[in-house]
Amino acid sequence: MQSNRRVFLKGSMAASAVGLAIGAGLLTPRAVMAATWPEQAYNTKGFDESLKDLFGTTGPTESKDITIKAPDIAENGAVVPVTVESAVAGTDNIAILVKGNPTPLVCNFKFDGAQPFMSTRIRMGKTDNVIGVAHAGGKLYMAEKQVKVTIGGCGG
Amino acid sequence: MSSIKMRISAAGDVLDVKSLIEQVMETGRLKDKATGKLIPANYIQTLTVAVNDKVAVEANLSVAVSKNPYINVKVPGKKGDKVTIAYTTNEGKTDSETTTA
Repeated sequence: MQSNRRVFLKGSMAASAVGLAIGAGLLTPRAVMAATWPEQAYNTKGFDESLKDLFGTTGPTESKDITIKAPDIAENGAVVPVTVESAVAGTDNIAILVKGNPTPLVCNFKFDGAQPFMSTRIRMGKTDNVIGVAHAGGKLYMAEKQVKVTIGGCGG
Repeated sequence: MSSIKMRISAAGDVLDVKSLIEQVMETGRLKDKATGKLIPANYIQTLTVAVNDKVAVEANLSVAVSKNPYINVKVPGKKGDKVTIAYTTNEGKTDSETTTA
């Protein structure tokens, strides 16, 4: 009984020492230093699962307020320029997804005072729809555009 | 030298920030032809764009973003403001670059 109590005390002392060190900034876990990458949302293979993991909801409604710009034909699937813009009031997050890619979620941009606009270049494995999803007021809005890919961007 | 190149054009109270980042964006799915082994994944996971040290855009990227990523965002600000882009890779490497608009 006595010895158990000793062990317990020792253990809790050690644990609190670590806690203090973190608090004092002696140890800085990576998660604290940078915004954490939503690993699960990016590793899942399902379109709905990706959205659910990222936004906590799914079932985006098609909206004319979302503008997606992408080429009709992309000769090289490794470099497909995509621009997504949202005119939905209160848009705080825009994501790009490609259903046919090994993992559908390509990237997402969270806006804090910036305009709900983003443009980048993405990889596509094959001819598919590029989907832009905007998150506004707890709801999801989307627009899609088909891109014909002549050479896939995933092989080597 | 920084791996981040930035060009900013100011229009009223909006800064149009165009950026090219030199990064391999390795997917971890490709095989090294010489050794037959998989090339380990090496890509940017998180990226922030800040104006005068206030974060305006927080982005998450994945392996489906092209090699040497091009990023274009529109952040609030005016001429003379400091724009900082910073990123972290899956290996924990970081880089940042500050440019005055």
